Parts: sequence; C-alpha cells; structure tokens
Amino acid sequence: MKERSITTRKAVNGVVTAAAGAAAVFGLAMLLWILGVVILRGIAAIDWSFFTQLPSPPGESGGGVANAIVGTFIITVVAAIIGVPLGVLAGTYVAEFGRDSRFASAIRFCANTLMGAPSIVVGVFVYTFMVVPMGRFSGIAGSVALAIIMLPIVARTTEDMLRLVPNSLRESALALGAPEHNMIVQVVFRAARSGMLTGIMLAVARVSGETAPLLFTTLNSPYWTVALDKPMANLTVTIFNYAMSPYTDWQAKAWGASLLITATVLIMNLAARAAARERRFGS
Amino acid sequence: MIGSATRLEAPAMTSTAQARRRQRLACAAFRLCASLCGLLIIAVMTGILLELLLNSRQAISTFGWKFLVSAEWDPVAGKFGALSSIYGTVVSTLIALIIAVPTSLVIALFLVELCPKRLSGFFRTAIELLAAIPSIIYGMWGLFVFAPFMAEHVQPLLSEYLGFIPFFQGTPMGIGMLTAGVILALMILPFVSSVMRDVLEMVPAVLKESAYGLGATTWEATKDVSLRYGKAGMVGAIFLGLGRAIGETMAVTFVIGNDHSLSASLFASGNTIASTLANEFTEASDPLYLSALVELGLVLFLMASIFQIIAQLWLRAATSKMGAQ
Amino acid sequence: MNDSLVPNPKISVRRLNFYYGSQQALKDNNLDIAEKAVTAIIGPSGCGKSTHIRCYNRIYEMYKGQVATGEILLDGENILDPSVDLIRLRMRVGMIFQRPTPFPMSIFDNVAYGLRLKAKLSRSELEARVEKALRDAALWDEVADKLYEPGTHLSGGQQQRLCIARAIAVEPEVILMDEPASAIDPVGTAKIEDLIFSLKNNYTIVIVTHNMQQAARVSDYTAFFYNGEVVEFGRTTDIFTRPQKKETEDYITGRFG
Repeated sequence: MKERSITTRKAVNGVVTAAAGAAAVFGLAMLLWILGVVILRGIAAIDWSFFTQLPSPPGESGGGVANAIVGTFIITVVAAIIGVPLGVLAGTYVAEFGRDSRFASAIRFCANTLMGAPSIVVGVFVYTFMVVPMGRFSGIAGSVALAIIMLPIVARTTEDMLRLVPNSLRESALALGAPEHNMIVQVVFRAARSGMLTGIMLAVARVSGETAPLLFTTLNSPYWTVALDKPMANLTVTIFNYAMSPYTDWQAKAWGASLLITATVLIMNLAARAAARERRFGS
Repeated sequence: MIGSATRLEAPAMTSTAQARRRQRLACAAFRLCASLCGLLIIAVMTGILLELLLNSRQAISTFGWKFLVSAEWDPVAGKFGALSSIYGTVVSTLIALIIAVPTSLVIALFLVELCPKRLSGFFRTAIELLAAIPSIIYGMWGLFVFAPFMAEHVQPLLSEYLGFIPFFQGTPMGIGMLTAGVILALMILPFVSSVMRDVLEMVPAVLKESAYGLGATTWEATKDVSLRYGKAGMVGAIFLGLGRAIGETMAVTFVIGNDHSLSASLFASGNTIASTLANEFTEASDPLYLSALVELGLVLFLMASIFQIIAQLWLRAATSKMGAQ
Repeated sequence: MNDSLVPNPKISVRRLNFYYGSQQALKDNNLDIAEKAVTAIIGPSGCGKSTHIRCYNRIYEMYKGQVATGEILLDGENILDPSVDLIRLRMRVGMIFQRPTPFPMSIFDNVAYGLRLKAKLSRSELEARVEKALRDAALWDEVADKLYEPGTHLSGGQQQRLCIARAIAVEPEVILMDEPASAIDPVGTAKIEDLIFSLKNNYTIVIVTHNMQQAARVSDYTAFFYNGEVVEFGRTTDIFTRPQKKETEDYITGRFG
C-alpha cells in the first residue's frame, strides 16, 4: 500500500484555497475599481447646480439634472405604489390560499419566468400595450414597466417569507376565532413583516436603477415635467443619452448621475440587509 | 381577535349575526383580491407573449423563418434578418459564461468553505453589492474605463500571443464583442456566485463532518461531497446566469459597437438583440421596421424564458433531493 | 477519577473545558478510555456528551467560536496541541454520526472514499479492502450485488452500517459513535449493537447514547455526564448496579432527564 503524502494533499488544498481567495479578491477589486471610478468622476461632476438646475442645451456647460432626479423619484414611487400591493397580494394568494394547487403552481411558474424576462422586453411590451394606444411616451408607462418588473419579485419574496411563518401561529389565531383574512393580515403578515420589507426594499432598489424598460416608455425630457402622462426626465436614460453624446460636459453629468443612482441603490440595499439582520438577532 | 371580541357580546344576537356575515364577506373579498393578483401575474406573462406575437405579425408574415437566418438588416430597403443580433447575443453570452462560471464557482467555494471565518461576512456583502450595481453603471464604466483598458493592455497581448486564432485578429478597438462579453461576465458573476453559494450552504453540515472525520482536507471534502451533492443546483445557477446575460441591455449596448455585421474576430463591433432594441426602437418609424424589432424582442423573450425554465427545473430537482435527505 | 479502573488507557482526558463562544459546555472533564473496549457515555440531552467526543477528533473546529482547552492524550500525545496534524488525527480516530451520512456516490465509492484519500491502491487491492470493510460491518451479504448503486438507496440501518464500513475501511484506532442508532429502527439497532460487540476486538470504541439499556448491553465502561461534568465513571456493571452518586442513580432509575 502506497501512502499518499499528506503534505501533497495539503499543498493541493492550499493551492485551491489561494486560487479561490484570489478569485474573491478579484471580485472585490472589480467592485472597488468600478465604485472608485464612479465616485471620483461623479464627485467631480456634482455641484449645487447639478441638483437644482435644468439641463443645459447640447454643447453648453453648466446646468443640472434636477428634473431627472425628481422624475426618477416619481417614476419609482408610482411603480412601487402599483407593484408592491399587487405583488404582496399575489404572493399571499400563493402562500396562504393556493399552496400547492395547480393554479398556485401556475402563478409561481409564471412569476419565475417573468423574473427571468429581460427588462428590455418588458419595455417593448409596455410600448405596444400603453405607449402606442396613448399616442405618446409617458411617465406612467415607465412606472408600469417597472411595476411589472417588481411584481414577480415581490410576489415570490412574499411567498417565501410567509412560508417561513409556522403553521402553529395560524392555527392559534384561527382557534381564537379570528377570521381568515384577519389572521393573515394581523398575525401572519406581522410575523413575516421584516422579511417582506427587506424583499420589497430590494425590489425597489433594483428597479430604481433600471434603464432599459424606460428607454421607449418614459423616454426622457429636458424640461420640468411632473405630469405622469407626458415624457418624463429620469436619471438612467439621461445617463445613457449623455454618455453617448460627444460633449464632455454632458459626459461629466452622466458620471454625476451615475454616482447618484449607484449611491441610492447601494444605500437602499444596505438598509434592506440591515433590516434583515436586525430581524435575525432581534427576535 | 375580532371574532373573540364579538362573541363576548352575546346578548346582541342580531348584531353578531350581522358582524359574522360582514366578516365572511370581508374574508371572501380578501381571498378574491389575492387570487386576482395571482391571476394578474399569469395575465402579464401571457400578455407579453401575445402582444409580442401580435405586434410582430407583419415581420413574421413577411420574412417567415428567414428572419432567423438572414444577416441582412437594412431599414432603408425594408430588409430585416436577425442573424447578426442572435449571433452577437449567443457569442457575448458564451464569453460571459466561459469567464463567469468557473470564477463564480471558486468564489462560492471560497465564501462557504474556505474563507477565514472572520472575513466571510465582509466578502459576502461585497459580492452582493456588486450584484446590486445597476447595469448602466457597468455600461458607463465599460465605455469610458474598461474598453480603453482592453484596447491598450489586453487586446494587443491577445493578438500577439493568440493571434493565429481568428477570434483574436483585427484592430484592438476596445469596443466590441470581447469587451461586451467580459463586462457581461462581471455583471453575472456576483449573481451566479450567490446562487451557487446558496446551493453549497444547503449541503448538510453532518455530511461535511463525515468527510472531515475521515481525514479529508477542506478541498477534498468540498470536491467529493459538497459539489457532488449540489450538482443539480450548480447547473441551475449556470442557467440563471445564462438567462441574465442573454437579456442584459445597458452593459452591452455601451460597449459592443452596435454594428449589424458578422465577424469572426471578437475585437470587432457587433450587436445583440437587446442592444439593437435599445438603439433602434425609438427610431423605427416604418411599421415593418417596428414589427421586426418586436419580433427580435419575442425571440429574446423566448430564449430567456427557456433558460429560466431549465434553471427552475434543475434547481427544483436540487432542492427536492436535499429536502428528502 | 479512579485511574486504576483503566490500567492502559488509549485516551486520557485531563481538565477538558469546552466553550461555544462565551457559553461553557464542558467543565473540567477527566476520563480514561480503555483500549479495545467499549466505553459508553450517557446522560440527559444537553449534558455535553456529544460535545465531549467531538473533541476527540477536533471536528468542532469546523465552526466559528468553538474552543476546547485542557488535554486529550491519545497514546500519550496531546491531540489538542495546535501542532497536531488534523488529517492524520482523523484517520486514526473515526466517527459515526447520529444520522447516517452516506455521500452522494455509490456504495463502493463510499467505502473506498477514505482509502483513496489515504493511499494509492490498485483496483484489486481497493476491491479487497472495500469487501473486507463491508464484511466487518456485516453489510457485505446485503449489498454484494449492488455495489455500484447509490448509497442513499439503502435503508436507514444499512446506511448506518455503510458509514461504519466507510470508517473502518481506513483502519482507525478509535471509533467515535454519536448516538449511532437513534435514527434507526429496532431491527437495524440490534444489528448495529452486534456489530459494535464484534468490532471491539480490534478497535477502541466510544459510544454516546441516551439509551441506557443500549449502554448496558454494549459497553464495558460507562461515564455518566451531567451539566457538562463527568459525574461518575466506572465499569458498566458497577454503574448500573451500584451507582455511587445520587444523580447517577436518579438518572438510571429514570427519576429525571
């Protein structure tokens, strides 16, 4: 019997560990590279007028993206107002009423497939479904596109979180004579609250950085627009337009907008994760 | 709770009965609302499919199957073929997978099995944040930072040492298929590695203990036990990444060059379905042009859905096996 | 502790303390494990019996925040010393877990797993050793015709004997068993107990069990654990007939736990 050398085996182990560590460090380095570039170039582009003024005409320096900041905020909030309740209710149906019925499985299947649908396809859909009939691009069309992207995410997280709630909790609520809807809203939702909140925040963070579904639904606008039925300025399409333009000042503005949107998305992410962590240690 | 409260008011029989009826109604209404919302998801899914089919009718009837195999894309002459977009989608996705799958795998292994415990939380958050960065930021970074980097440092090296392969011939422009593929890889990497990490974490600790108990090193235990155990889930993770890469728009559109021509060289400009849509959709005034673009969207939707469904099947197989243990 | 009980201990535990983070799970454990005999560790759940034997092969080191202090002497060498090679240690000290843990591979590959790690063997040599291990684990007759089927297809009792075969294939000196029959049906349990009885001719066995009849049936020595401490240790016959401590008596007569 030829003994295999423990030293060799340990060396292999060490090499693999080092390679895996290197890959992880590589991932981290990329993150730092991207974030570093966004922060440095972004800060250079951001000043007071960036937040307060309208875009300057092509080729002229100065101006800001105030309208796009407001626009992105409005579009995202409206999308959340549409998408979150519908998603929560759909997830509730699957977890509480449908369970393993065929209808519930069909919903789950469609939700999963929809989650994998490219966001630009959702844009095409909303274009043919809303923009063409309405005859123009509009903020609300963008919100609907984002809501469609949120819907399956919120539904699936809600379902997953509700499933974590032990059945004994449901049973004891029902045993007290609580009607079913009351049991779900007051007991089950409450038990799953922070998990659902985390999921919703992650979904909102995700859509707030989306560009593709807005390209041909909301379009963009150089003006102040708060009317939901008109093309609306927004940060991500502004980044796209400005970055592709030949004007260095616009390109700088695109970096400023990139920093703003990245910071917002990452902060929302961290907040969502912090909320989730609190739940784990809290109760 | 409301139920127990109302029952205490026993004397007012009629009001209790009324309250009960109202409760039953509220229950039914809630249930109805919830099931309608569930139905909405099915409706959206089928709605997307129908709308895309309906609005690409003209292109489908004009070009038939030739749409998929023709590389001619000439809006002025009214000739549309999807081949270059499909080719670009497939090639950029393949490049992304070739880079991202092995890297994600070792990153997931690192996070679950090998990472010093003190650092694991830190790396976890970092990878997840990388996954959260909006794709347009990758596009910006790709266009202004990474493409020039590729042109100056990576592509000259590749053509010098691997230039005998047609893939690596041509002028190092930075922008093009290879850069797009690499950026796609970076985009899906954190996502794929977190799914793989979840799969590896489902491996029961006691199974790993058994391997260690026999004197296995960490790598041996991982390779022989954890990876085998999580095989199906790993495949699922790869397909999820595939679905993501195939439909990614912004990160690609910025750096691929947007050119409807086929070229063997990965340094050359190209396009993908998503980038074609992003660039041309708002410019399409002619109904046939628009219809062809919608058909592109339909093709993309079908491709992504197929991979998504395959991913689901594999992941389900993985979890049901793990659940049974 | 009464050292004269075990004249030639294979393992001597001295002042073993164990912590899960800040929580102390074992307090000053002293224990001697007799060579080529079965030592049973009994006690109510949560008393630290599993934790105690998980120190013998340092498997606890897989987890964050678990720390052991003191000495565990295996043939006189302190295995808690950081310089001890974990791989070599675990090849000398095998372990069987509460639930069967067949690896996701064939029956043959399961048994061959440790062997392949340990040495480069020819196919025929490997086959011979796998067969011997399966015979020693009293499983050969049941699986000889399906060696290449997945180990997970066996019944629970067979899976556990497969794990025992896997452990003894690498010829360890000590076998640790952490409630090996708790997830197995009575017939399977009887077979495993018979197996333990025959294995003790060649191996030093430490078995954790919450089943006192089992301890009485299979073991030569018994240690009673309570609240992380070794309350009483002695020959099994003595412990079960003439317990010295009140807690031991209460436990074995079923008055608590």
